[in-house]
Amino acid sequence: MKIKANIANSQDGFVFDPTTGDSFSLNQTGIEIIEMMKQNLKEEEIKSTILEKYDIDSNILDRFYLDFLSMLKQFNLVDLNG
Amino acid sequence: MDKINLTIGVTGLNNTDNPGPGVPVIRALRESHAFNTRIIGLAYENLEPGIYMKDLVDKVYMLPYPTDGTEALLQRISYIQSKESMDVLIPNFDAELFTFMKTEARLKEMGIHTFMPTLLQYEERHKSQLPAYGKKYGMRVPKSVELFSLEDVSQKSEKYDFPYMIKGKFYDAYIAGNIDQAKSYFHKVSAKWGLPVIMQEYITGTEVNVIALGDGKGNMIGAVPMKKQYITDKGKAWGGITLDDPVLLETTRQIIEKTKWRGGMEVEMIRTDDNELYVIEINPRIPAWAYLAVAAGQNLPEALVKLALGLPVKPFTEYSKGKIFIRYSWDLIIDFNDFQKFSTLGES
Repeated sequence: MKIKANIANSQDGFVFDPTTGDSFSLNQTGIEIIEMMKQNLKEEEIKSTILEKYDIDSNILDRFYLDFLSMLKQFNLVDLNG
Repeated sequence: MDKINLTIGVTGLNNTDNPGPGVPVIRALRESHAFNTRIIGLAYENLEPGIYMKDLVDKVYMLPYPTDGTEALLQRISYIQSKESMDVLIPNFDAELFTFMKTEARLKEMGIHTFMPTLLQYEERHKSQLPAYGKKYGMRVPKSVELFSLEDVSQKSEKYDFPYMIKGKFYDAYIAGNIDQAKSYFHKVSAKWGLPVIMQEYITGTEVNVIALGDGKGNMIGAVPMKKQYITDKGKAWGGITLDDPVLLETTRQIIEKTKWRGGMEVEMIRTDDNELYVIEINPRIPAWAYLAVAAGQNLPEALVKLALGLPVKPFTEYSKGKIFIRYSWDLIIDFNDFQKFSTLGES
């Protein structure tokens, strides 16, 4: 799954969709995931980076990661054809 | 390149919570790289804030209401022209446009250039004509019908699901959730804007607007899409952001191309959750949020003046996305003598 090409995000976690004018705030983990998605990292690569960096169980990460992706889809921030 | 000196008349100085486009249009003209402008404000009421914004207007005159007819308007404009020698006049109200369009040739004889839609363009995009307009130009539009009486509200209501919109022919729109509300809004709107009142299908989605300028030959000189971020209880944008949406621009371009639109316009659209785009209104003039487009890189009022004067205009191809405007209120303090002078003499 890819973040839409025109989505802008800042280091502070501010995400802006210029097509709809909507903006969102991310926490630190969200910022890191979006950054990795924009670098076209695969899901497994993103998850292993998070698992290495943070003290989190992989099952819990799976659940939160899925939630996060659902939210990105819901807000039309991802390119479903990508 | 040397700037051209121009005297420009501008109406719509009512910079209130339901703002006219006059003040932002003047602001845009003041920032023109092509013109040095002397601005003649034209007002209908003596408390229009723009009258007293001395850094924006050089001189202001009262105009007769459009209901007084074309002769009264021409007489007044003729007097103003004898004093000011206006090169261009930009009318900014829907309600006055008809009168100005009818007098366009006479204004030209006085040396006043305008750049307005043709009568046909103006008439056929009326809210009440929207279904036929959509059919003619291949646009998706909401179902709507004209109302002339309370009986009409009851009868035509049977063919519409609640909620639906009750709209004035020029301004105002209310969401009616039941027949009693619909009748109440019919009274309210007809008392203010006359008949017909329009009953329109309610489209759920996100409202997006495009400011645009057509050259009258089918070319789009510029266009900037905007989403309202903060809306007043009158439905007016108090904050908005420019969008990067090629579909909105293409829809607008097609409208301009097919209608050969002449002048400024605002296309109001709703994007549904299913990503369908409905054109809900076409306003035949520059909207009050025009300065956002200027700040985003498209000085459309300046381009409109060039078109009015027959000067070459290069179409805009770019604008800044994510540019935001936020309105604010500011208490303008004026001396009683200024108010008195304008109220009694009709000019200041």
